[in-house]
Amino acid sequence: MSSVNSCAASTLEAALPSRRPNLKWLLGFILPVGLALAWEVAVALKWADGRLLPTPSRVFTTLAGLARTGELAAHVLATLQRVALGFGFGVAAGTVLGAVSGYWTLARRLIDPMLQALRNIPSIAWVPMFILWFGIFETSKVILIAVGVFFPIYLSLSGAILGVDRKLVEVGRIFRFSHREMITRILLPATLPAYVISLRSGLGLGWMFVVAAEFMGAEEGLGFLLVDGQQTGRPAVILASITAFAILGKITDWLLASVSARFLTWQDSFKPAE
Amino acid sequence: MLGISNVDKRYPNGLLALSGLNLDVAEGEILAIVGGSGCGKSTLLRLISGLDTPTAGTVALDGTPVTGPRPEIGLVFQEPRLMPWLTIDQNVAFGIRHLPQAEQKARVSESLARVGLASHVGHWPRELSGGQAQRVALARALVGRPKVLLLDEPFSALDALTRGDLQDHLLDLWAYDRPTMILVTHDIEEALVLADRIVVMQPNPGRVRVEVTPPLARPRDRLDAEFLQWKYKLLGDLDHASRPPTGDESFPAVAI
Ligand SMILES: Nc1ncnc2c1ncn2[C@@H]1O[C@H](COP(=O)(O)OP(=O)(O)O)[C@@H](O)[C@H]1O
Ligand SMILES: [Mg+2]
Repeated sequence: MSSVNSCAASTLEAALPSRRPNLKWLLGFILPVGLALAWEVAVALKWADGRLLPTPSRVFTTLAGLARTGELAAHVLATLQRVALGFGFGVAAGTVLGAVSGYWTLARRLIDPMLQALRNIPSIAWVPMFILWFGIFETSKVILIAVGVFFPIYLSLSGAILGVDRKLVEVGRIFRFSHREMITRILLPATLPAYVISLRSGLGLGWMFVVAAEFMGAEEGLGFLLVDGQQTGRPAVILASITAFAILGKITDWLLASVSARFLTWQDSFKPAE
Repeated sequence: MLGISNVDKRYPNGLLALSGLNLDVAEGEILAIVGGSGCGKSTLLRLISGLDTPTAGTVALDGTPVTGPRPEIGLVFQEPRLMPWLTIDQNVAFGIRHLPQAEQKARVSESLARVGLASHVGHWPRELSGGQAQRVALARALVGRPKVLLLDEPFSALDALTRGDLQDHLLDLWAYDRPTMILVTHDIEEALVLADRIVVMQPNPGRVRVEVTPPLARPRDRLDAEFLQWKYKLLGDLDHASRPPTGDESFPAVAI
């Protein structure tokens, strides 16, 4: 018994993180920063023409200018609000319908074939209909985003529920779990890893669709800024908008990933070697 | 106490897994069911536990038919089947989730202590060895103090040393509040070490071949001459049970 314990203790110690500050995440910056610097230098030395592809410093000045006038904040806020609303509705609908169709066979037979058929329509194709039905203002934009977010969440949640190990479900049956307990204590945690991944891909699609939504006519928003930059022939504005999208997308994904990581510490998953 | 009468089980695919099975188990008895793989041992335990229902016949506990899982009947599967997202104490608490928090906590620590894992409270299942995980599964099945404990080849995935340890351990646990135990195994030695009575089953369709009550004194010594005699007798029974009688076989081979 004591040998077993000491054995377990030594593996635990080995698994403790090292004390040194972890700077490995900086590795991810080498490539983009290096490329940006190279372009900056190339234009500065007149090896290349920075008119169609402005240098990072010009993009940065443009962003700073937009920020100073308060324009940037207004655009960011408008876009963030659309993504948040669309993502919220998409997640809610995808979660409810995905859970129902995964858990309840009759419901699956009813709704799944239709949703599978609808899924094959590129969501952008709905744009004319949505504008007709919901006007060209916020509602149609939020709905378009929600539709984009809905499908990955619906599909992966219903699939994940059907894929839960029967052996674990039987443990719940032995302990006479009610339907509610079965869902909250076994199905939900068992599907959480897949669900989190679907939330993240749903969020990615949300960012994609907000651009499409703002292309179809908006007075503000980063997508509007993009179109505006194109129509007024200012590539630096386009790139400034793209940069803002990249930063916001990365931050929101990181937030989602780090919040969900707290719930997934139990996972015994593959960790690639350093 | 536990009565199984004229039980048939036919699976939806038409396979007759059990046919005309009769078995009575007394209170506090340790019954071992041995037989090669595919002779319906797991099916029988699933019927007794209420996870599945017989096609014909009845399973009754103290006279009441078993129609679904019941709190008086605990089951340990061949694999630990711990929830990977719960710590081991939370896993054990599964069995008594309706009790008040404080009592749950006391009972869980008590039952983890009894399987020798008191120091592992708060650990994750992934941090356990196979034998430790199976002990947690035992604790989870026992924490609700069932009257009947069913074990489906609980130690078959473990190495011989750990298996011997856990067999002794199981006897200690049994001595504590003496539940009726039905142990399915394909290991004759395991059956002889643990059981008061041994039922040998044969396949196609699954039914009882012989039933023996070895009069061996406890604690049982795996190397004792009488123990070994019983072991060879049962190996012979098992061999006949799993093979059609063809030609002469002077030495009984283990047919598992
Ligand atoms: N769910 C099932 N559906 C159809 N056949 C099954 C099912 N479970 C078991 N069987 C069959 O029933 C027979 C008995 O199986 P089982 O009870 O698992 O045997 P054992 O536990 O003794 O190895 C086997 O032939 C097996 O293939
Ligand atoms: Mg089996």
